Amino acid sequence: MIIVGERINGMFKDIRRAIRKKDKGPVQEMALRQLEAGADYLDINVGPASADKAGTMVWLVETVREVTDAPLAIDSPNLEAMRAGLEACKGSEVMINSTTGKQEDLEAYMPLAQEYDASIVGLTMDENGIPGDVNGRTEIALKILASAMEHGIPTDKLFIDPVILPVNADQRQPANVMKAIGEFKLLSDPPPHIIVGLSNISQGTKQRPLINRTYLVMCMAHGLDAAILDPLDRELMDAMITAELLLNKFIYCDSFLEAYRR
Amino acid sequence: MQIPDALERWSGKVQTVRIGATQEEGGTRSKVVEVGGETGLPFLKFEGETPNPPVVAMEVWDIPPIDWPEVLTEPFGDALEDPAKWAKKCEEFGADMICIKLVGIHPDFGDASPEQARDVVRRVADTVSLPLIVWGCDEDEKDNEVFPACSEALSGERCLLGTAKEDNYRTLVACCQADGHNLITEAPLDINIQKQVNILVMDAGFPPDRIVMYPTTGGLGYGIEYAYSIHERSRLAALGGDRIMAMPVIALPGPEAWRAKEAKGTDEEVPANWGPQMERGPMWEFITATTLLQAGTDILVMRHPKAVRELKKFVEKLL
Repeated sequence: MIIVGERINGMFKDIRRAIRKKDKGPVQEMALRQLEAGADYLDINVGPASADKAGTMVWLVETVREVTDAPLAIDSPNLEAMRAGLEACKGSEVMINSTTGKQEDLEAYMPLAQEYDASIVGLTMDENGIPGDVNGRTEIALKILASAMEHGIPTDKLFIDPVILPVNADQRQPANVMKAIGEFKLLSDPPPHIIVGLSNISQGTKQRPLINRTYLVMCMAHGLDAAILDPLDRELMDAMITAELLLNKFIYCDSFLEAYRR
Repeated sequence: MQIPDALERWSGKVQTVRIGATQEEGGTRSKVVEVGGETGLPFLKFEGETPNPPVVAMEVWDIPPIDWPEVLTEPFGDALEDPAKWAKKCEEFGADMICIKLVGIHPDFGDASPEQARDVVRRVADTVSLPLIVWGCDEDEKDNEVFPACSEALSGERCLLGTAKEDNYRTLVACCQADGHNLITEAPLDINIQKQVNILVMDAGFPPDRIVMYPTTGGLGYGIEYAYSIHERSRLAALGGDRIMAMPVIALPGPEAWRAKEAKGTDEEVPANWGPQMERGPMWEFITATTLLQAGTDILVMRHPKAVRELKKFVEKLL
């Protein structure tokens, strides 16, 4: 399971304050804590309030780079900030988070992925928004896959995201997303990675950690192999490890949680 | 049409363990035997490397062997009366290592003292310069008394001591830490327990690159297919990236094969069409060994010099 740590995001109070004050400490601490907790990538997001998006992105990347060489996921809807972040990561493994299935987005982001040898997340939404059903999502997934192939992006660098909505927005969607994950796995051999922004499922609800970890396990059962989530949620990580065990991804031993974390 | 690339690409590999220390490294062995390091399934040269060929350790007891058929004792003659002479014979027969089995310390087989065991291992170490394996008697309380004495007597030689089990590992871990030895983790044909023992030993501070696994060996009719599947699953897990299963493996085809009547039975005792024991016995041991090799085995503990000779030729051909 590929884990992208979501905590370095300007929407969180501690990171927003650190960005405003240009205080490296909290950002670096959060980077190391997430890696310690099992993150494979660190998502870097300047947050909604930032004025100088590109500049802030570069500051965040350089700050994190001072303490770790771990792969980063540059998370921005702003192309300029994305490019600045990728440039700041030059020479190391990086992920573009994200493009949609809109033709103009694919034409902007796929060449970037090619240029920076980056992994790329493709959201199955387009100019018509997020499809309500499974087929709509699969159609866009195919479009993203084709565009990736056109630009020479290997399947193992492509992460398709079926776009989770909060459960209290439309209670039919959680099931549709799970079914879509199953469909995406059939798109090619080998299939692309499948990723979700897990916290979206519980946006605006109570019992967020419980909903998050239950949904993660359900999605893993359908073939999810990557997620953007909070690795500091220990129960969430325990559930992820247990789901991997139940999917025969590693050999059981009595101390299986400890073994996984070693 | 492009033929698709069907090669497997493994993300993990087997650890390399070094057994024996030469003078430069503080020991008195003539060579260091390295085991492990495989990056693919056994002998699939097109998919991975076998940087260290499987090795043979010949078995030597601290007391004369009990119940060995003449076909097995004949090549050694009266060297079997003395562990040091016995080890010397094994060296002549081409053993890569000597595995000293401390049968005589068992309460039922003489209850030899820690000091007596220590003298035996020291005399063997002084007579042959091959790297050494020292194996307890399987009676935990006695083993825990004897390990420290033997471990200390061989301090610096970087031996392989066995075995650590799920409910008895602390003494052996402490000895191996103190005296710089490698250790064997043992499990009773249970892959989950094997992984757990590895974790327990590592939690106690022991480094993973000094561990060899003994999943328990069963001969044909005595559980070989079970042992085979566990060797294979362990090897697949190691290659798939599970660092807790990424240790080299030791098996006992010698002791196990000679338990069976197919090897042990004299020509008078078994049907005539089974063939003469002097071929049948070593062949049975050889086949047990080659079977386990295919499943992924790094150290084979063997008995009959003919089986040893044929096994080493076989390995050379496979590589």
